[in-house]
Amino acid sequence: MRKVEDRGGPAQPLLIVNGLSKHFPLKKPLLDRSPRRVVRAVDDISFTLPKGGTLGVVGESGCGKSTTARLLMHLVDPDRGDVIFDGEKVGAHDGMTVRAMRRQMQMVFQDSYASLNPRLTILETIAFGPVTHGTQPRAAREQAADLLARVGLDPVQFQRRYPHELSGGQRQRVNIARALALGPRLLILDEAVSALDKSVEAQVLNLLAELKEQFDLTYLFISHDLNVVHYISDEVMVMYLGKVVEIGPVEVIYGDARHPYTRALLASRPSMDPDVKTREAPIVGDPPNPIDPPSGCRFRTRCTFAEEVCARLEPPLVEGAAADHRVACHMNDPASGHSRTRLAA
Amino acid sequence: MTTLLSVRDLHVRFVGRDRTVHAVNGISYDLAAGEVLGILGESGSGKSVTLRAILGLLPPRRTRYAGSVLFEGQELLGLSDRAFSRLRGKSIAMIFQEPATSFDPVYTIGRQIAEAVMRHEGVTETAALARARELLELVRIPSAAERLKAYPHEMSGGMRQRAMIALALSCRPKLLLADEPTTALDATVQIQVLLLLAQLQKDLGLGVIFVTHDVGVAVEVSSRLAVMYAGRVVETGPLADVVRRPVHPYTQGLLASTVHGSMRGRRLDAIPGAPPALSSAPVGCSFAPRCRFAAAECDATPPEHRFGSGRMARCVLAAERAAA
Repeated sequence: MRKVEDRGGPAQPLLIVNGLSKHFPLKKPLLDRSPRRVVRAVDDISFTLPKGGTLGVVGESGCGKSTTARLLMHLVDPDRGDVIFDGEKVGAHDGMTVRAMRRQMQMVFQDSYASLNPRLTILETIAFGPVTHGTQPRAAREQAADLLARVGLDPVQFQRRYPHELSGGQRQRVNIARALALGPRLLILDEAVSALDKSVEAQVLNLLAELKEQFDLTYLFISHDLNVVHYISDEVMVMYLGKVVEIGPVEVIYGDARHPYTRALLASRPSMDPDVKTREAPIVGDPPNPIDPPSGCRFRTRCTFAEEVCARLEPPLVEGAAADHRVACHMNDPASGHSRTRLAA
Repeated sequence: MTTLLSVRDLHVRFVGRDRTVHAVNGISYDLAAGEVLGILGESGSGKSVTLRAILGLLPPRRTRYAGSVLFEGQELLGLSDRAFSRLRGKSIAMIFQEPATSFDPVYTIGRQIAEAVMRHEGVTETAALARARELLELVRIPSAAERLKAYPHEMSGGMRQRAMIALALSCRPKLLLADEPTTALDATVQIQVLLLLAQLQKDLGLGVIFVTHDVGVAVEVSSRLAVMYAGRVVETGPLADVVRRPVHPYTQGLLASTVHGSMRGRRLDAIPGAPPALSSAPVGCSFAPRCRFAAAECDATPPEHRFGSGRMARCVLAAERAAA
């Protein structure tokens, strides 16, 4: 496997994302003259991912977490914003091409079956990427067999099988091997363990931890499962309707969250203790439609603490409990004019 | 307490031209009126099939049943379609995982609920619509009167699931079968629906069988827990006992591999391998191939070991472990 060398040095973040946005325009009826409506799927998000780290991304459906992954991979072209990979801007004249970026950034999807070609054996699937990028077919197949062994599938037994002959857990192992075949440095795991049974999920999480060590990987781990994100992440980014509402070290987010949405999300986890059943739902209602999101703070329609300022002004990300902890809530910004700014702390 | 439902040695087999699947391989349990039994299991464990078997919702030509399902003393296996349709939605109601596909997209929510009420209670449409409105209020759908006129696609996932609960409760059933009703919902919505179900269960004294793959969800709703593996109940008992002191190696493995934050940085104690394909009827313990305690005696069907207050574990080690 060709491994791209570390260009920027250990202190250079592997990924810097700056002001990334994607708005999807909606179709409108033929004679409708009102302005065209847009889904603001991802709206001005920024984050930094250090080398060797794992950033967990959580949020409910429609919050833009999957769109963010697709924008990073350029499966969908961003409207605005910069992606800087190991110090080089992706898609810029003096930076890195999208093709070069994709060798270093690979993705594993939720649906293990839909993301494999049903007409290729799993060995062919894993070798396909490297061959496309110029590896000799024979060398690519040898490397694919080696990768199968590394993800815990015996090559002799499995290499000639087709995706439909494997279980869900085995297929997801193949998808991980396929993603690793190009020797990437960043793996985007978009709900990669969500469809698996709990006993199999635990196996795959162990595998991901092993591979991270072996291949020196950095993970962007997207999931709706707050317990799994707690387990695997170093840092956590919480999204709501296309916005980052809170981002910080995992222990701060799970121990000292400052945004009412993050707190509600964490309190919504079912109890594991038969004596401490949940008595009251932390928030009411469903996440609103990302078409025409609420003005100001997008969470205000479900927030117990919403005030006039929340409708008027969009809260900026300000410092929270620690230097590397950021929160987008007026209650954390003493200058905002919200009456509860001190109560939040 | 009176027994509402009694399942005895239920077997469900799907026969096809090429292969047979032994989905349920001899399960027995009782449900008392007003009790919530959580059935916990992974995909293919037969947990949904047992629910569908109770209501006769499995494809009739390909399904073979054995055993007995008694509801208030009446045998349900082999009941005619006509007899079943008098029962379904009336005495026994069911809610499903995907509310979007459980409603007819071309009728309003109000009309669909009213239809069930008219059919089972023989009231006028006006009375049925009034009842539908009451039901939407009962499941706490805001502005219920307007929501009666909404089509399923006009509602969010959480609202649709509430509407489905309203539909299920429309004819005052005694038994509610819930097949992963909150799995497709977002976290903040899931907890609202779970709490709503728990409240309604208590208020209406419903017997509920709640099928889920999520330990946390089972803990929130159940009073008793049954853990299924490969078409058999491997362990059952009062919720707190099973969760705190599991006896069967599978239950232990399932609880140990359910990730939570305090496990950070540690390797997870995962169960190796995958559940068996059920193309032949299991001989011996189905979990033995994945079990670290497996021994020669596991080749024979493990006995049901009963102990404690209403506990059972189907494992050769159960007696020894329960005593420990």
